Parts: sequence; C-alpha cells; structure tokens
Amino acid sequence: MIDRIREEARQRFSDLGFPTTHDEDWRFTSVAPIARTSFVSGAGSQPAAASQAVPPGVEISKLSEAPPELIEAHLARYASYQTNAFVALNTANFQDGLLIRIPKGAVIEEPIELIIQSSANGHPTVSHPRILIVAEPHSHATIVETYTGNGGAYFTNPVTEIVAGDHAVIDHYKLQTETARAYHVSTTQIQLGRDTNFRSHSLSFGGALVRNDVNAVLSEGCECTLNGLYLAAGEQHIDNHTSIDHAKPHAASHELYKGILEGHSSAVFNGKILVRKDAQKTDAKQTNKNLVLSEDAVIDTKPELQILADDVRCTHGATIGQLDPEAIFYLQSRGIGLADARNLLVFAFARDIVDRIKVAPLREQLERILLEKLHGTRN
Amino acid sequence: MSLLEIKNLHANVAGREILKGIDLTIDAGEVHAIMGPNGSGKSTLAQVLSGRDLYEVTGGEVVYDGKDLLAMSPEDRAREGIFMAFQYPVEIPGVSNLYFLKAALNAIRKHQDLPDLDAMDFLALVKERMALMEMDQSLLNRAVNAGFSGGEKKRNEIFQMAVLEPKLAILDETDSGLDIDALKIVAAGVNALRSPERAMIVVTHYQRLLNYIVPDFVHVLAEGRIVKSGGKELALELEESGYVGIEGEAA
Repeated sequence: MIDRIREEARQRFSDLGFPTTHDEDWRFTSVAPIARTSFVSGAGSQPAAASQAVPPGVEISKLSEAPPELIEAHLARYASYQTNAFVALNTANFQDGLLIRIPKGAVIEEPIELIIQSSANGHPTVSHPRILIVAEPHSHATIVETYTGNGGAYFTNPVTEIVAGDHAVIDHYKLQTETARAYHVSTTQIQLGRDTNFRSHSLSFGGALVRNDVNAVLSEGCECTLNGLYLAAGEQHIDNHTSIDHAKPHAASHELYKGILEGHSSAVFNGKILVRKDAQKTDAKQTNKNLVLSEDAVIDTKPELQILADDVRCTHGATIGQLDPEAIFYLQSRGIGLADARNLLVFAFARDIVDRIKVAPLREQLERILLEKLHGTRN
Repeated sequence: MSLLEIKNLHANVAGREILKGIDLTIDAGEVHAIMGPNGSGKSTLAQVLSGRDLYEVTGGEVVYDGKDLLAMSPEDRAREGIFMAFQYPVEIPGVSNLYFLKAALNAIRKHQDLPDLDAMDFLALVKERMALMEMDQSLLNRAVNAGFSGGEKKRNEIFQMAVLEPKLAILDETDSGLDIDALKIVAAGVNALRSPERAMIVVTHYQRLLNYIVPDFVHVLAEGRIVKSGGKELALELEESGYVGIEGEAA
C-alpha cells in the first residue's frame, strides 16, 4: 500500500517539478536554492517522541509497523501529493514516520511531544519527516512538534496529516527553530470531523528559507483556530500560507498570524478562506499583523477569500506597522533603557499569541527564543 | 546649589522657535507653577526637560543636580530622578501596568546600585500607593493606560510618580480633561508627595488646579519667555484679568 502511494507520488513529483515564482502560490518565495542543491539523505532526522514517557493512553508507532487498516484509511489521504510538489517529494521519499493514535474518548492531559532534529554532516542533507495523527471521536489531546537542527545547510521537508474525529478537541503546536542555514518547507494538513474544536499554533523562528502550509478542511459545527507567530531577522525568508476550507455549514474559523521582521528579512502571509456553496452560517475571521523593525525588511500579505455561500460572516484585515515612538519615549521617560523599551514593545506585540499557548514549558521556551533573537539581532 | 537651573534655554520644533530664552531656578522642596496661554511654550518646556527628541535645543543650558541635563538620555534623566506626568499618557497594549512599573522601578534602582525590589515588597509598595490615588487594584493587571478613561490615565500618572519617587516632578497639564472629583484626587496625591527633598513644576493653563496644589512660585510664560514671576497670588491675579493683560505688559 505504502509502496504504491510512493510510486504515484514519485511520478507526480517528476511531472510537477519544483514550483517557480511563476506559480501564484509561490510568487514571493523562490525555492531555487533548494532545487539546485544536491542533498544526500539525512540520518537521524526522523520524528521521534521526546525522551520523556509518552502519556498513557496514546499509541505511537512507526508507520511501517502501524495497523495496516489505519494506514490504508488515512495515510496520504489528506495532504495532496497530486497538487503540491513538496508533499509529493515527501510522500515519495519519507523513510519512516510516526503514527500517533488517540483512541476514542481518550482525554490526554500531558502534551505529546515530538522532536524532529536534522543535522548536516559535511554534505547538505535532506529529510522528509512524516507524521500521521489520528484523533478518534471525542478524544482530547495536545501535540507539540519541535523542529530543530545542527550543522550547516540542510533541508527539512515535513508533512503532518491530522485527522480529527467528531467532537475531538485537539491543540497542535509546531515550533520551528531550525539553524540559520536550513531550508524548511512544511505542510500541515488538517481534516476535521463534525463539532471538532481544533487549534493550530505555528511558531516560526529559524531557517534561511522557510515555507509553512497549514490547510484545514472543516465539517459542520467545527471551531478551528489558526494562530501564527514568525520572527525573521538577518537574511531570513519566512512564508506562511494558510488555507481554511469551510466545506460544511455552521463552522467558525479564527485566524491570527503575527509577524516581526528585522534586518534584511522578508516574510509572506497568504490566507485563503474558501466558503463552499452549502457552508451557510459560516463565521470566518482572519487577521495578519506585522511589526517591521527595519527599513530593509519586506512583508507581502494577502488575504484570499472565495465565498460561494450567501449567509455567512467573513472578515479579514492586515496591518503593517512600526514601533510607536511615543510608546518608546513613554517607557524611556520612566527609566527603561531604549533597547529594553523596544524589546518590551515587541514582546507586547507578540503577547496575545504567546498567551494562547497553554503548554507552560513551551510558552517559556518561546519567551526565551524571542528574547535571545531580539538581543542577537541588535549586537 | 539649586536642584534645577535653566539658563537662556532656546528650543525649536520642526524648525520653528518655541522657547526663546527661558531662565528658571528651582530649589528642592519648591513647587513652581508655569502658566500661560496655548502656544506659549509651557508643554514644550516640560518635554524638553524630559528629553523628548521632537524638540531641538538650539541654545542655553540646563543644570540638574549639578549635571548637564541636556546631555542625558531620557532614561538617564528618569533614573536621576526626573519624572514627567504626561498631558496625554500613552496606551501600551500588551504590557501590564504591574510589569511596566516593576521594570521602571528596577531600572532606576539599578542606576542607584540598589538590588531589584523583592516581589512581595514591590507589591506592598504598589498597593499602598494605589490606595493613595483611590485606584482599583484590577488596573495593575491591565495593559498600561489601554482602555483607561481620561481621569484614570491622569491618576495612573500620579500613581507612577508615587511609586518612582522622583526628585523633580513635572506635571504637564495634569488637570486637563479632569472633572472636579478626579482633580481633587489627583491634587491630593500630588500634595501627599510634596517634601523638602522634592521639587515640582506644575504646568497648567487654568488657575483651578492651583486651588488644590498651592504653588510657592508662579511664572507666566508667553511667546517662549517667562514674562512675569510671583507668588501664589499671581495665579489669582491671572484668574481676574486673564492672559491678555500680561502679554500686553510683556510687550
């Protein structure tokens, strides 16, 4: 079964090839540096559960050892290797991945932590981490994927498929802290059953060239939240594409992506919302806010709304701003130094996303990363 | 030695001269009111003293506590004991009042080679000073000035002053936009902070505030110069005759 999918995906990738900036979805992100590098397969970059014990009640297995009926039912059913070249590349090449199964009705209080660590050993390496998360009906769980690495240039091309059964409540975190020379192109594909409550938090800090696709397909009565925070400095390029498919009526989606740009960095936000013809009573809200701290940084932000139903509420807004000099002076006038005042205001900008992170150690880690990165770019 | 000596101070904003030679000497323990019509340069003087970079000092000098004030950054001025209560306090969403005050107080303490205030002591200090300003403690966890009413913002300024205990407090039109009840609370807070070690500059357009914060000296500013100085009775005189007579006198 896996072999057949791999072969189809391999064929599909050879037809599609790497996208170029002539593709609308890749207009602002050139993957030429990835396309022209010859990578060798990376070892040790397979997703692994964090060292602490897996919370009881969760089943984690390698894809090759997972129950065939689950693989048959879900693997590569959601993330489209037909349309997305990087998904095709992953599907054709993933070595072994993980299946996370949260059984029906299970309430898992401890977060399920997955670490994906890449490394370059002399040669540029490539890895295609693959994760399949099956949350059965009425289950509750929190999953944290952390992408990190060491060494020089490497390319991480992960695909995570999440399928949530009816009434499931799932919090998904993706923390990306790759090295400064890394390429990271990820797809998180989310398939939501009826009355699910799903929250995605995409936190992107590392990498030279980063592209995250988060795609959610909603059923009736779903509540879907997509949060995002990205901080780009130096020559970094971070592109976030999200897509919310309101396929059925009475679903709500809330999206808030915030970006901080320093140095010569660039970022892209593209938020697609599709409200299908029979998805009446849809309530969709999309917001993208950017704080640009340097004159040399560039942000391209674009909402993409396609509304085919007539009884819906859809709003979107994007802002691009600088730190308020009045606020900086106010802080200084109380004794707070200029650098601290700026950092305090940058933190304040990110605050609402940080506050939405319910996993306390992750929230603290995020605060540390923000602080280190803000200090690092000033020196 | 006086706490503050302003000598022949000239300042521009956007290339236009606003302060045209201010001379003013203030000793510790004194409260000086600076009055004057709109556009006379009152607020500019307050902003220049606190280090706002929108204003360009083109001449003169300011000696504060024996130091060259104009050479200091805004944060160093604050750390050396200068506090300005803003005419328009700035809203800072995402930063709680409590965090902000702690950062400010500890920055000032660090400058004085004092250790950070312990969390419990800090909270006790803050609660005591909050009671002075009749402020609700829920304001501590709210973002700085965000969604505060005009009166709450002004009270918050004086509350910050009460926590930071400056040597020189500059109140820039703290009475503007206050109803009489809020004005009384603000004035009572200010009066509680009067001390022989602390000087205050009270910038105001109206005499009303000075019924509650009674100054030792009153100066009238017109067209960028101090045109008349006197005791507290000068404010009452202005109340009677308005600024027209004063300006005429100066001309």
